[in-house]
Amino acid sequence: MPSTNQTPLVEAGAASAPIRESAVSPRRLLGVLAFLIVVFVVVPVFIAATGRWDFYYTLTSVALLSIGAAGVWLTFYIGRINIGQGAYALIGGYVSAILITKAGLSFWLTLPLAGVFCAFVAVVIGLPILRLRGVYFAMVTLVLTEVARLTALALPVTNGAKGITSIPMPGAVSIFGIPLIPDFSTLANSKLAFYLLAATLMVLTYLVLWRIVHSRLGHLCRSLQQNEELAASIGVNIAWLRVLTYAISSFFGGIAGAMFVAIAQSIYPSSFVVQDSVNFMLYCFLGGLGYVFGPLLGTFLLYFGWDLLSAAREFQLLIYSGSMIALMLVLPNGVLSLFDRKGGSR
Amino acid sequence: MEQIIANGLYLGAQYALIALGLTLIFSLMNVLNFAHGQMYVFGGFITYSVVSQLGMPFIVGLIASAVTLAAMGALIERFLFRTVIRRSAREESTMLLAAGIAFFLDAVILLLFGEKQRGVPKIVNGVFNWDFRLIMPYDRILIGVLAVAMIVCFILFMQYSKAGRAMRALAQDRTAAQLMGVDVDRYSMIGFALGAMLAGLVGALLVTITGINLGMGGPTSVKAFMMIMIGGAGVISGAIAGGFILGMMESVGLSVLSSFGDITYLVIFASLMVFLAIRPQGLMGKPWG
Repeated sequence: MPSTNQTPLVEAGAASAPIRESAVSPRRLLGVLAFLIVVFVVVPVFIAATGRWDFYYTLTSVALLSIGAAGVWLTFYIGRINIGQGAYALIGGYVSAILITKAGLSFWLTLPLAGVFCAFVAVVIGLPILRLRGVYFAMVTLVLTEVARLTALALPVTNGAKGITSIPMPGAVSIFGIPLIPDFSTLANSKLAFYLLAATLMVLTYLVLWRIVHSRLGHLCRSLQQNEELAASIGVNIAWLRVLTYAISSFFGGIAGAMFVAIAQSIYPSSFVVQDSVNFMLYCFLGGLGYVFGPLLGTFLLYFGWDLLSAAREFQLLIYSGSMIALMLVLPNGVLSLFDRKGGSR
Repeated sequence: MEQIIANGLYLGAQYALIALGLTLIFSLMNVLNFAHGQMYVFGGFITYSVVSQLGMPFIVGLIASAVTLAAMGALIERFLFRTVIRRSAREESTMLLAAGIAFFLDAVILLLFGEKQRGVPKIVNGVFNWDFRLIMPYDRILIGVLAVAMIVCFILFMQYSKAGRAMRALAQDRTAAQLMGVDVDRYSMIGFALGAMLAGLVGALLVTITGINLGMGGPTSVKAFMMIMIGGAGVISGAIAGGFILGMMESVGLSVLSSFGDITYLVIFASLMVFLAIRPQGLMGKPWG
């Protein structure tokens, strides 16, 4: 319960920014702990008990897609709508696949390399296109996904439309002879291993995202979201900040793409298309753009919902899109705005 | 050479018509209509149903497509976009709605018309042949001429009719237009209906030549976005210019770059990026007027 002299502070925070409390309250810590227990303990136990092993694939995808969506969310945080995350997922996937098959590197090394390469690409592309705003940026990033697909088709190193197939599974990792991670191909249950890996990455991603939002960088990003000219006039280096944020966002996209490739053991130019890029954006919007964990919830609801709706067969897309529109009409600010205690204050 | 230019003009006329609808909706409501490609496909399927299945003349199909899509656009604006724009904290939320509508239309098309490629019989037979330098089927010429005629009608309508004037005022400054007594809600609805109608008309025109299938919606939207980016969002002349430029680039690229494989669109995209880096607002990117 907040004391009386604390309340105005909280109120002021609510008015200026969507994220209210930056301090780690015990209640919040408990919530995070409960989330971790659900992800790492309850879900595997539940799946083992019910025997729905196919859920592992779905949930792994949710975890990975939410990493990509986290990147999209971060670009939104500087006031840019990013519909090009599919491009970076594709680039990251190809970097990982090529490094594993052509250069013989370990998967664990290619995972960060894929992210770093994507961040580098994002800096090069971002420098010109981040000058665009609003729908122009949205449209140009949408086109970016097409560019990535066509480039993958045209380049010789990506093997064209045939793609890169039969990529080996992640190998073992050991430090000083102590095995840290077993070889995935020897595991009896690689699905569980991939799930745990993806979930760990997801938790790390959102930890980083949460940290960024509650740092000085996050405050600066919010200033950009509200008014770039004003931010620039008081000495914020907006050009640098934009590129930095976009690079981090693309890093997430690259990591997600590389992980997908490791699971599918193959990549094609059509692995990530415009549709996927749009989906990444939808996950963010549905969850709520003002909330760090919005993309996570949005991904879960949309992807898991889509999976469950496959029971409806030919009406799957109809029900899915219909409920999406309905949700938009009822909660246009995202699902998480439901928990907004101040209800419609913004 | 003549062949390339003729192809480019023919493509450009259709592209411009698609881009016009998108840019109209964008300028009036600030909504990026992701469902534009799906509306185009829907229009094509309606013409197919009327012409091939009911055996009516083509002109009836064309009118049926236009009327259906206009009604659909009006309803979508009235019951979906208006509600969301009013309730949402952010204007961008309409993007999610537009994407949802795109999915919804895809589902409806799938259920109503199936996933097969559909086409209607040629409306005019014969091929125009100028000494083998320029070969063009008559139906393509007819469709191209019809598209240009529609563009001209649209411009005249926007320029001289009362509704057109109101919509241009709305695009310039929503609040000022409202203060001058323009019924904002009513003209937003008319504008959206008009934009959707244009998409339906292009679908109806193209079903006679290329046919139509479910998967064409998304790529068409992407192309339409590119045209608007080239010309500048929310500008009529920009949309027309963008459409013709893209059509010409495609036509030239397909013949010049064919020896390098399928890289026409890669080149177009890359040059678009460079162009936007130099001129972010497109060729004519400024408010209407």
